[in-house]
Amino acid sequence: MSLTRIYGLFLRHFYLITRSFPRVLDLVYWPSIQITLWGFISNFFATHTTYYNNAVGVILTCAILYDFLFRTSIGFNMLFLEEIWSRNFTNLFIAPMRIGEILTSLVITALIRSLIGLVPAILLTSPLFGISILDLGIFLFFLFLSLYIFGITLGILVSSGLLRFGPSFENIAWSTMFLLAPFGCIYYPIETLPEIFQKIAYVLPLVYIFEEARNILINQTVNIENVYYAFMWNAFYFSLSIALFYYSFNAAKNKGTLINMGE
Amino acid sequence: MKNLIEVQNIKKNYGKKEAVKGISFNVEEDEILGLLGPNGSGKTTTIGMLLGLLKPTSGQIFINNLKLEENRIQILEKINFISPYIELPKKLTVKQNLYVYSKLYKVRNIKERIEYLSEKLRIGELLNSITGELSSGQKNRVSLAKALVNEPKVLLLDEPTASLDPEVGDFVRSFLEDYKKEKKISILLASHNMNEVTRLCKSVLMMKNGEIIDQGKPEDLIAKHGRTNLEEVFLKLSRSNSEFN
Repeated sequence: MSLTRIYGLFLRHFYLITRSFPRVLDLVYWPSIQITLWGFISNFFATHTTYYNNAVGVILTCAILYDFLFRTSIGFNMLFLEEIWSRNFTNLFIAPMRIGEILTSLVITALIRSLIGLVPAILLTSPLFGISILDLGIFLFFLFLSLYIFGITLGILVSSGLLRFGPSFENIAWSTMFLLAPFGCIYYPIETLPEIFQKIAYVLPLVYIFEEARNILINQTVNIENVYYAFMWNAFYFSLSIALFYYSFNAAKNKGTLINMGE
Repeated sequence: MKNLIEVQNIKKNYGKKEAVKGISFNVEEDEILGLLGPNGSGKTTTIGMLLGLLKPTSGQIFINNLKLEENRIQILEKINFISPYIELPKKLTVKQNLYVYSKLYKVRNIKERIEYLSEKLRIGELLNSITGELSSGQKNRVSLAKALVNEPKVLLLDEPTASLDPEVGDFVRSFLEDYKKEKKISILLASHNMNEVTRLCKSVLMMKNGEIIDQGKPEDLIAKHGRTNLEEVFLKLSRSNSEFN
């Protein structure tokens, strides 16, 4: 065993981390987010033990919805990352493709990838747990659509970061969903959050989607306002993500990231 | 002869660093122009600007009489690029890769085009192979097929024969010579292989520190600098004020 070589290899990774802000950020926020999310979940169940009594499967339904969002977002990022990993990135950007064509193609592919994962999950919940996500009725379509748009939006935002900062932004790509999870109120009502976090949650479409899913399953009623607000915020963030992608593309052309996609 | 590439006083700055300091040159139809220079001289930056991957700080680029800044998509339809630093998706078969890129370039008669390139580049037997499992020489020919799938009028080559054995290298050079003659295309060749440049290029540009420090026909440059071959000319020019001198 050579301590020099061990130290040498350590340095290789240490230098990489310290040269990249996204990597440092990733190290810092990951544990904080996990603790925050599970802290809120534990808090909620400690004080509201009877909340889910009349609706077995609410948690499972929310888990499936969240997983769909997660897979859509990660799926979109994966498509972009795969081009970087396979060193095909430059080939793609010298092809006569408009940014809109690239995005549309990735959006469609991400949907297909997500559905491939979603359909078996839905089919499994019924025989295994006697629960059907289809209990959400026609509004299930709107909730899925809303989640899909937000997943794609996050994917485009992260891809913008990859374009601007290069592959060091990759870690952010993996953990965006976890960063938003505490504010999304996936497993608990928004009242569980401290007031300042509630203000953040209200400007995200997620809280409206998951509140509405719980509302339908527990109260057997539909609050169309939740669906409306989810789409409104989605439209805002989606437009913002597209604008940011174009901005990042131009910034990458100035900075040289498109021909220099390394680590 | 018509100029297919016209570069007018382009500059590229990265912050305070001047990577390319206002260079101008033309490449005619049916011409191979060599772009020479030591590492960091600005060759890749220049190619990046010609491909629209980099935005020049100032200056203009015309490809086939169209201004690149305003006609990027139209120009990219008739331009292509090879570099050993970029690859095709490794998990796809050669045929799938060629098919995908034919679609991206909206090639008509894809089947015929792939058959033509397979025959010319001798990759017919590789079409169903996984791209990532090919040897360097095979990958190089497949990349060349991808670069020609759209019948480009302008081909940009960055070290096209780097890491190839002499036999494959010679095959690629011969192919490029024949293809250029047959299709009357313009080729910009960045290479450190001076024998390759002498053989293929009608004229060369010598870059250093972001500037063109000399240019002309290889034989003229050899005579002008009193050397016996282009490698010696390269060494003479690149060693002046070099950190390795």
